[in-house]
Amino acid sequence: MSGEFVKAPFKNVVLRWIDDRLPVLSWAYNELVIYPAPRNLNYWWNFGSLAGIMLVVQIVTGIVLVMHYTPHASMAFDSVEGHIMRDVNWGWLLRYLHANGASMFFALVYIHIFRGLYYGSYKAPRELLWMLGVVILVLMMATAFMGYVLPWGNMSYWAATVITNLFSAIPIFGDTIVTWLWGGFTVDNPTLQRFFSLHYLLPFVIFAVVFLHLLALHQFGSNNPLGIDLTAKDKIPFHPYYTVKDMFGLSVFLLVYGFFVFYAPNAFIEPVNFEPANPFRTPAHIVPEWYFLPFYAILRAITFDFLWIVPAKLGGVIAMFASIFVLFFLPWLDTSRVRSARFRPVYKWLFWVLVVDVLVLGYCGANPPEGWYLVAAQIATLYYFVHFLVLMPLVGKLERPLPLPTSLREPVLGAAPRPQPAE
Amino acid sequence: MRKALLATALLLVPLAASAAEGEALVDRSWPHEGFFGSYDKAALQRGFQVFEQVCASCHSAKYLAFRHLAGIGLDEAQIAAIAARYTVVDGPDDKGEMFERPARPSDYFPRPFPNEQAARAANNGALPPDLSLIVKAREGHEDYIYSLLVGFEEPPADVEVPSGQYYNRYFPGHLISMPPPLSEGMVEYADGTPATVPQMAEDVTQFLAWLSEPHLETRKAVGLKFMLFVLALTGIFYAYKRRLWAKLH
Ligand code: HEC
Ligand code: HEM
Repeated sequence: MSGEFVKAPFKNVVLRWIDDRLPVLSWAYNELVIYPAPRNLNYWWNFGSLAGIMLVVQIVTGIVLVMHYTPHASMAFDSVEGHIMRDVNWGWLLRYLHANGASMFFALVYIHIFRGLYYGSYKAPRELLWMLGVVILVLMMATAFMGYVLPWGNMSYWAATVITNLFSAIPIFGDTIVTWLWGGFTVDNPTLQRFFSLHYLLPFVIFAVVFLHLLALHQFGSNNPLGIDLTAKDKIPFHPYYTVKDMFGLSVFLLVYGFFVFYAPNAFIEPVNFEPANPFRTPAHIVPEWYFLPFYAILRAITFDFLWIVPAKLGGVIAMFASIFVLFFLPWLDTSRVRSARFRPVYKWLFWVLVVDVLVLGYCGANPPEGWYLVAAQIATLYYFVHFLVLMPLVGKLERPLPLPTSLREPVLGAAPRPQPAE
Repeated sequence: MRKALLATALLLVPLAASAAEGEALVDRSWPHEGFFGSYDKAALQRGFQVFEQVCASCHSAKYLAFRHLAGIGLDEAQIAAIAARYTVVDGPDDKGEMFERPARPSDYFPRPFPNEQAARAANNGALPPDLSLIVKAREGHEDYIYSLLVGFEEPPADVEVPSGQYYNRYFPGHLISMPPPLSEGMVEYADGTPATVPQMAEDVTQFLAWLSEPHLETRKAVGLKFMLFVLALTGIFYAYKRRLWAKLH
């Protein structure tokens, strides 16, 4: 869409006939074949298309799983562990693809997000593109959480209990809301059934938002490692250059995915989830899946009342939601006009500190909130918000960015040749 | 709202770690571990013997059907013979009556107790867990099950063991309500292997590992083909990409 709409040059009369009446083929031709992409994209730009492929894998494996799965509290566990995993032809493969697929999907999307943070891909004119991405993240989290409940193992059950209980922190209406979410007075069959329904629905909502995400992307085209606006001569057609590069990236990714599915399929599953849901047997450590750990750490880091009005529990819930919602405002919190961290000497460091900060949060989230784990989680939580709310606005104003090039080939604008270090 | 309060408390109160978590397990290597590992069929069959003759008197294995035993290398006749040793309740018949009949390969392995209450009543209030997924349901997996089975010992002087409980080095908290299930020579192995306690523990652990993950061998075999195929694909796409992009510069 950054260029003129071009009609696809079909020789085949049938294709031409269809395309004249319903120009989807031309549309695909414009968006996937001749679509001009920056020629300098590095491998961090592979993760978006990989995430898209994973979404399709999740939907396809999920639909087939549903053909064998029974969404009822007294049968769900048996249908997964006793039926799908043992008697359904290739059922074990479907289930391992789907369960590990969720982990892979998050890993890809997190890398994709950090790529955006590093290269400033959220800045004008790509603000809505970025915000749609955050919407996808939120929807993915809801989907994965509800999916995790479906096998109705004991961790499924207790994760559902703990997470839905967060809403009881809402003043006045909290308990009513929780009862409404549960469809009863505890997590039970009605809860499972509604989670199942939503788990089936949300991926298609994600699919629609991904579509909007791509629409927004193609409006201005991809950002690039230099973060500068490129002219037409610094662009190359998407096909074959990036289709082939994406296929290469996909096969490397499949090696990783295949390793987990075939050789370590239970690496991400807690042993407790191999026991059926049991309201009378609370697991010693209730931990969410790894991809929720940083947020779980933030949730549990708030152990004190805020200003005497916000009780600790509500504070934790607010902090956790805020840690995601702050991302929506990133395009305006970052006051620097330079996109790529390559030209931002200070921000580049802050980026890596943020990466470490999130890893620390994840590590704390996997451990009980006590002693040093709690202190570390509290410091890391504080830093997380300071990064976005204080450092980003300040550094953008104070930092002196390096001189930017004007195009991929031309030297740095207006700068005297920079002294080269002696070799 | 009691559940709500409980969950909230769980969220905010530091979680207590169980006492025996630090106990190092007997670290063994298992034939089915690793990229190319596969089950030792002879061990699985011995393990089934231990399971059937010892463990099954207290523990169920609700996902085990007789037909599944093909996976441990038994043929149809052997499976039919094993099934025929058991009777199951079927029905109702034309008159609306339930009746007993010999089990068929498609039946599931009968449970020792009709319900949880009966199981607890017979075991001092403790519930012997279903063993279908036990290897995957415990931290430490095979090593833990093996350690547990060989880990019964005299309690240290300062530990008092209540009646109906036993001291086990590896059980979290050490006091377990399962009496030491294995003793020398209690099973007569069909293949003549001497039935020592470590031998039986080793065999039944492997059987339980198979029961937890019956498709492990197919999984690894398919995995190998998949990985080799994708590896070749990776090479081809890499070479192709290099050639294509070389023209750009
Ligand atoms: C006399 C009845 C009895 C027999 C026979 C028996 N068990 Fe148990 N088993 C129990 C009981 C009761 C428990 C529950 C113990 C508890 O929770 O304190 C148990 C628990 C277990 C556990 C779970 C331990 C844990 O970490 O929670 C395993 C594994 C186990 N048994 C394996 C076996 C195996 C393998 C055999 C056969 C070699 C066997 N049992 C034979 C009664 C029995
Ligand atoms: C955004 C994409 C999706 C994500 C991130 C996702 C995530 C998950 C997760 C984490 C689980 C638990 C896995 C386990 O522990 O076994 C799960 C289970 C399940 N999902 Fe999905 N899912 C997605 C899409 C779908 C779709 C589209 C369907 C159906 C149309 C589906 C159907 C199921 C079923 C039936 C289960 C239970 C069976 C099982 O546990 O393997 N999922 N999902």
